[in-house]
Amino acid sequence: MSNRVAFLQGNEACAHGAIYAGCRFFAGYPITPSTEVAEVMAKELPRVGGAFMQMEDEIAAMAAVIGASLTGTKVLTATSGPGFSLKQENIGYACITEVPCVIVNVMRGGPSTGMPTGPSQSDVMQARWGTHGDHPAICLVPASVQELFTETVRAFNLAEKYRTPVTVMPDEIVGHMRERIVFPEPGELEVIDRTGPTVGPDEYKPYDTRFGDVPPLASFGSGYRFHVTGLNKAEDGFPTTRAEIVQAEEERQLRKIENAVDDIVTFEEYLLDDAEVAVVAFGSIARSARYAVNQARKAGIRAGLFRIITYWPFPERQIRALSERVRAVITPEMNLGMTVHEVRRCVEGRAPVSGIFRVDGEPIGPGAIFAAIREVR
Amino acid sequence: MGFDYDKYIRPGKLPHIWCPGCGHGIVMKGLIRAIDALELDKNKTAIVSGIGCASRLPGYMDFCTLHTTHGRAVAFATGIKMARPEMNVICVGGDGDGVAIGGNHFIHACRRNIDMTYLIMNNNIYGMTGGQFSPTTPYGAKASTTPYGNPDPPFDIAKLAIGAGATFVARGTAFHAAQIDKLLAEAMRHKGFSVVEILDSCPTTYGRRNRFKSVVEMMNQLKDMAVPVTAADKMPAEQLRGKVLTGILYKESKPEYVEEYRKLVERVRAEG
Repeated sequence: MSNRVAFLQGNEACAHGAIYAGCRFFAGYPITPSTEVAEVMAKELPRVGGAFMQMEDEIAAMAAVIGASLTGTKVLTATSGPGFSLKQENIGYACITEVPCVIVNVMRGGPSTGMPTGPSQSDVMQARWGTHGDHPAICLVPASVQELFTETVRAFNLAEKYRTPVTVMPDEIVGHMRERIVFPEPGELEVIDRTGPTVGPDEYKPYDTRFGDVPPLASFGSGYRFHVTGLNKAEDGFPTTRAEIVQAEEERQLRKIENAVDDIVTFEEYLLDDAEVAVVAFGSIARSARYAVNQARKAGIRAGLFRIITYWPFPERQIRALSERVRAVITPEMNLGMTVHEVRRCVEGRAPVSGIFRVDGEPIGPGAIFAAIREVR
Repeated sequence: MGFDYDKYIRPGKLPHIWCPGCGHGIVMKGLIRAIDALELDKNKTAIVSGIGCASRLPGYMDFCTLHTTHGRAVAFATGIKMARPEMNVICVGGDGDGVAIGGNHFIHACRRNIDMTYLIMNNNIYGMTGGQFSPTTPYGAKASTTPYGNPDPPFDIAKLAIGAGATFVARGTAFHAAQIDKLLAEAMRHKGFSVVEILDSCPTTYGRRNRFKSVVEMMNQLKDMAVPVTAADKMPAEQLRGKVLTGILYKESKPEYVEEYRKLVERVRAEG
């Protein structure tokens, strides 16, 4: 098998990953630093018989992908900071209606217009809590061009498998860096398609829990007629205010993701077996952290790296286990302290957790992380 | 035997939420008759709405129905139409939903000329939230947020649609019930983005604040203010003052968006 090798930008790899996963509809709006995703989709989608739309705004782009997804099509939108804020209401709509879709948010400085061309990792809490109300969240944070490709494919798989929006969030460095990428052959990566109904149109209900916590979703235009609403709904899809149904439906929507964390949560452990200092990092900063861990090892310090790949659901159990064997945890991140709170929540005081926070548009280099490792040891 | 509306209404979903005297039910019946006249396949027809009283209409209708977020119906519908061009797509909603919060999507759908029909039930008020002024509330009128009279000038939805590039624009009223299905059927037959504005009335939150004594008086106002566009040419200007033109106000043939995009796809694929 001779895999095609290319030298690609992260955002370009993301778009190619989407096509590989079977994405056939993209709607977006130009915004730095994610625009290259749209540009590649505009070029590639017609070639595979799909459709690209540049919409009038970010809100419309999110709406259009949900509409297209309801016809059974795999869909993508891409944005950054301010655009991610604008999409939040319709992301909530996709959550409650359980419509699969993938959202790429290339993280830049914020809040507001912030630093459009500077890198950031400050949208991770928005990915979890950005839309109002209780809802599940899946968010993936790749660290290389290759991984942006494969994680985009995985995002589509998770969206279709669990009937939910999935966010892919490279920081601007990962989105814009250029690296060697090996294109997987067709069939080499798993591609999951949507589970259709197993009952006829007369019996079909869009939230039929007889089929488990992820009920099959029929497609508009396929002979199944059903109602979709952003109101709290019963299993037949129609609005309800009956307390016990609303409570049960909301709990099911959280449960369908919580019960699947072993399938969803991914991470990388590097030199952690004997580590006394653990660095917890993700995205481009995990690359600095890996270098710093190597430096520490050369200096005789037993340091290791826990690299978050699936940010939401947060790798709680793994970090809890980690905290039982290390003496200190460090979380370098391009924000003023977000992951550090999640890590402290999991560590529950078993080890001191300190952070390195930077929001000046510059990455956190290995030197700063190495210095922190030496300090906490 | 009369017309069988039940064929198109979901069993068990009535009664509707609309107040006594509201015209939305009249409009829904008109929509049903239009769909029947065109013999649209229920499985191949999507009815999409935003938020508000009028936007509850799809829930009663036995089609593929989507009740979306406030103002965004046309944007959701655009995704459906692009992904499944063989579907008939009908958007419905009110004036606030369509031309306030949804104004941007409205004008851009008009500009694209994507093949769908947008039915706007214009009752000049935000009814569901209790009667706040909308972009079509007349100047000087009372609403819960204009206790001293409305200082805002209103939109003319039909002119807005024509200006933005819609290729079929019609207007009717809830009083002229027999005309509603004719206008909607023509709109749905039209290839491109068609807008049908139906002037409606909200006795509960608009009528009571603006000294209408009864629903009948509000209906009579709709009757009196409407002038068929075909008759307006022969009328002197002073007779047209305070009147609203009804009928098919604008129609032209322009390239339709989905067809144009499909041509683009074929061209790109042929080039390899």
